[in-house]
Amino acid sequence: MQSLSNRKKVLEQKPMNFWERIYLPAIAKGLSITLKHFFKKIPTIKYPEQIRPYSKNFRGQHSLKRDEEGRERCTACGLCALSCPAEAITMTAAERQKGEEDLYREEKYASVYEINMLRCIFCGLCEEACPKEAIYLDGPHVTADYLRKDFIYGKDKLVEPKIDLVQLTQQKSL
Amino acid sequence: MAEEEVKFRVTIDGIPVDVAPGTSILNAARQIGGDIVPPAMCYYSKLEDSGGKCRTCLVKVSKGSEKDPRPMPKLVASCRTTVMDGMEVQNITSPEVVDARKGVVEFLLINHPLDCPVCDQAGECKLQDLGYEHGADQTRYEFGRRTFERIDIGDKIQLHMNRCILCYRCVYVANQLTNKREHGIMYRGDHSEISTYIEEALDNDFIGNVIDVCPVGALTDKTFRFKNRVWFTKPVDAHRDCPSCSGKVTLWYKGADVLRVTGRKDEFGEVEDFICNTCRFETKQTSDWIVEEPTQVDKESVINSNHYYNFNPPAVIKENPALQEANAEQLARTEKLK
Repeated sequence: MQSLSNRKKVLEQKPMNFWERIYLPAIAKGLSITLKHFFKKIPTIKYPEQIRPYSKNFRGQHSLKRDEEGRERCTACGLCALSCPAEAITMTAAERQKGEEDLYREEKYASVYEINMLRCIFCGLCEEACPKEAIYLDGPHVTADYLRKDFIYGKDKLVEPKIDLVQLTQQKSL
Repeated sequence: MAEEEVKFRVTIDGIPVDVAPGTSILNAARQIGGDIVPPAMCYYSKLEDSGGKCRTCLVKVSKGSEKDPRPMPKLVASCRTTVMDGMEVQNITSPEVVDARKGVVEFLLINHPLDCPVCDQAGECKLQDLGYEHGADQTRYEFGRRTFERIDIGDKIQLHMNRCILCYRCVYVANQLTNKREHGIMYRGDHSEISTYIEEALDNDFIGNVIDVCPVGALTDKTFRFKNRVWFTKPVDAHRDCPSCSGKVTLWYKGADVLRVTGRKDEFGEVEDFICNTCRFETKQTSDWIVEEPTQVDKESVINSNHYYNFNPPAVIKENPALQEANAEQLARTEKLK
């Protein structure tokens, strides 16, 4: 029967001759291809030690920013959670008490701020929605882990570390 | 002989409507409904004498009446101007009105702080809507805004004078619903501020309604303060047998918890029935209420975002032992992974 596509190839299965049957030329041919690759440029890199340059708009792990006085910028307005298409962000707000003015910038702050990294699709809408410039996806890749609960990142992992500006400038001037 | 009912025919943005004499232009427009209704920050149909303060409802009267067809010389406040027979009114069809309204919004926002991310009213704030629809995108005001310390009025109501736009609605509520008014406007002109007499607590039974009538976040529910954002809660209509008020309310659910109780608001943001303080502050259990149905929220409202048309899972999640037992093995497996 004629094939519908007319692209059918009929292969003839001939019995192998003597040279083919001893296999040695085929092995030599294969090994020579392998040997050739020893002298070629290696296209891969050793990833964790060596890192390729990233795109400028690469979006990695979120970080909650501090202002120039080291206070948390986030005011728990909920716009990131509202804009999140994956519904990965949850937060609980709390009122700033007297004496905490150096910790939080606004009178309201997020006492709990959690991002479920398994749900997050790194679209960056939270970054765009934030009216306080408090969240940026400027971190590294989110690393693999064993347990589901370890992918729910709380404030301990998200808030950027406090930098002592005075100490930093002293170190630079030294 | 039965007197024939007199009806005045008024045309608003080209749409004719027959209304009773004495109706204001704003109410005539509300009878038509839709986009041509002028926004109102101070007028409240359930409060007598309200209106005429904020000037956001300005409209142009291009024909005074059938008898005197001269146009009115200036833009008029539609909440305070009654209709005449044959009157022709322009609202959104007049560029003059749109421009004037933009200016009024700019004036209202002069002293209004930009703290919507902190404010509990955000999401159901009339000034937010107004600024979004009619306002300019930048402020031209270069001077400092007037600021006040926030005041606790009683243990249930919080006053943020910074956010107040001086609509006087709360004053009318106290005058007309409660026995004794204990707060009012102090000082004059741009120094005016809402205050209580020597910070006296407001503890009249219906005083909680000042929260509902406040178009901005100046008077907010202290029991709901920073609990959650409005748009993460789900409004559900409910009622209870209340001896002092109608008991018809909206419950704002987050999961199985009632975070807040408010009056039922119509499309113009006005409550249908004023509710008493017991309903508002003290009964925050589902068992206190007979739940009716999810509140119909405007499709474009932020309150409607991320909400499913039919609550699934249902708005109030009940623990089901039969279901838990059937899924015991599955649960144990997932618990291990948690």
